[in-house]
Amino acid sequence: MKVRNFSKTTRSNLITYGMVIVAYIIVEIFLRAGMVSSLIEGLLVPLCVYVILAVSLNLTVGISGELSLGHAGFMCVGAFAGATFSKCVEEVITFGPLRFLLALLIGTLCAALFGILVGIPVLRLKGDYLAIVTLAFGEIIKNVVNVIYLGRDSRGFHVSIKDTISLGLEDEGEVIIKGAQGITGTPNDSTFLWGIILILITLFIVINLINSRTGRAIMAIRDNRIAAESVGVSVTKYKLLAFSVSAALAGTAGVLYAHNLSTLTALPKNFGYNMSITILVFVVLGGIGNIRGSVIAAVVLTLLPELLRGLNDYRMLIYAIILIATMIFTSSPGGQEIQERIKLFFERRKTKEA
Amino acid sequence: MALLEVKNLGISFGGLRAVDDFNLTIEQGELYGLIGPNGAGKTTIFNLLTGVYKPTDGYIMLDGENITGKKTIEINRHGIARTFQNIRLFNELTVLDNVKVGLHNHHPYSTLTGILRLPKYYKVEKEMNERAMELLKVFDLDKEANYKASNLPYGQQRKLEIARALATEPKLLLLDEPAAGMNPNETQELMKTIRFVRDKFHMTILLIEHDMKLVSGICEKLTVLNFGQILAEGETGTVLNDPKVIAAYLGE
Repeated sequence: MKVRNFSKTTRSNLITYGMVIVAYIIVEIFLRAGMVSSLIEGLLVPLCVYVILAVSLNLTVGISGELSLGHAGFMCVGAFAGATFSKCVEEVITFGPLRFLLALLIGTLCAALFGILVGIPVLRLKGDYLAIVTLAFGEIIKNVVNVIYLGRDSRGFHVSIKDTISLGLEDEGEVIIKGAQGITGTPNDSTFLWGIILILITLFIVINLINSRTGRAIMAIRDNRIAAESVGVSVTKYKLLAFSVSAALAGTAGVLYAHNLSTLTALPKNFGYNMSITILVFVVLGGIGNIRGSVIAAVVLTLLPELLRGLNDYRMLIYAIILIATMIFTSSPGGQEIQERIKLFFERRKTKEA
Repeated sequence: MALLEVKNLGISFGGLRAVDDFNLTIEQGELYGLIGPNGAGKTTIFNLLTGVYKPTDGYIMLDGENITGKKTIEINRHGIARTFQNIRLFNELTVLDNVKVGLHNHHPYSTLTGILRLPKYYKVEKEMNERAMELLKVFDLDKEANYKASNLPYGQQRKLEIARALATEPKLLLLDEPAAGMNPNETQELMKTIRFVRDKFHMTILLIEHDMKLVSGICEKLTVLNFGQILAEGETGTVLNDPKVIAAYLGE
């Protein structure tokens, strides 16, 4: 019984990895054959970004059970840290993949650091309060980034929160972050292949974390905090760990996102709370705590509005209907009953075959 | 030396003196009962012993170490484990994983080992599985190992809580109304289990209970609590025949 259960979770995880790899191969074949419209082709990297964000947020919302609405803020930290690094070393390291790898590391570490800093005060709160405060922190990060000016000349780095002139750069100095205008000319190092590799790494980290001693401790705290403490599980440590790993992975997604754009600006559209809510929608519709569901939901819900573009005026209407239908199917008692019936139907067929 | 020694323990919530001048000495291997009417302060004492509340007066010594005012997780590491009056299981985890959370501190490996699946991960997980299954077998729960904890019937949930507490390898086990909500048959079975746990694990057990049959059946010593103060203490037979106890607790 024990052995069977073990192989069951392993098999389910292998399916998740396999799904991503198969999707990559199919898309790559279509790309080679030139059968992908440029619109969809442009969506491939953002798609990977959304998948990573959804999977990482699921670690906070589904596994740790904390409703966080500041995920886009951590993505913002990763994006700007990574892009700043790439811009600084653009001439020193000319080998793209190495530069991107280092940018990824730096973006991820910065986001993890912010995750810890934000997590320490915020994780004392619960439920709605936590959601509101994380939302506020996300907005604060975005708005702070919007007023930062960073320049570099022979004397080193200069920071200001006023304008480019107050940086006091020498003539040959270069402005890296231009406040609300953000970073321009980031090397376009992101590729679809990098995106897929990062998705696989994210899945590897999150899935293995969940199925380990640490993951059990995190879920135990989610299910019953007092009981977890009574058996010697440190609540603060594991909550913070889950939160900062989730933030770090959001940072990774941010770096991928930043290197796909020539101009990186912190707009409400890409790093604001709308983005956090969009990611949360992926997590909720994919099933809270269901990693594979997050991947599927992120892909489907990103592609759907684009695929429906032909229907013009009706596309948001259809999008909304699909959202509502999925919600009813996955979350309402009636929908769950239908799911159970479908499951039973398949199980019966299986036993008949056997 | 006694395993647990509590002296002059007291706690006030604002103006309310919930527990006052509470003394308790439990020897290694004893099965000790704590009884008293509703609201007498029994669960408060459990919460004081496990660090949920910090006492305003007095001290608690466990096996010669002062554990007064320490945090719950530290006290658990020192060797006190408990169950709860209203069952607190990890409902979404499997029965096996519930026990494995109990083994958390005794079979450690780092988070990184877990993520990278280093050889140590497989080795320790295997040890954990074996140990957890052993414990589940003791409570006849091994066949339900892969069920979700919330899907177990009530009586088995109580047993699982005890198994999880034992997984932390405590010196002292606190049971908060283990027979609450059980029918007479289940209570009989529970009494057997408690005695078995004491004998097999050489465990010292302190329990709160309202069921007099259970108390008189298995407890060797008793302390009776009323309005936060000790009313009587000593051998079970003597205490239960004390006129003061009969008046306060069992009714005149």
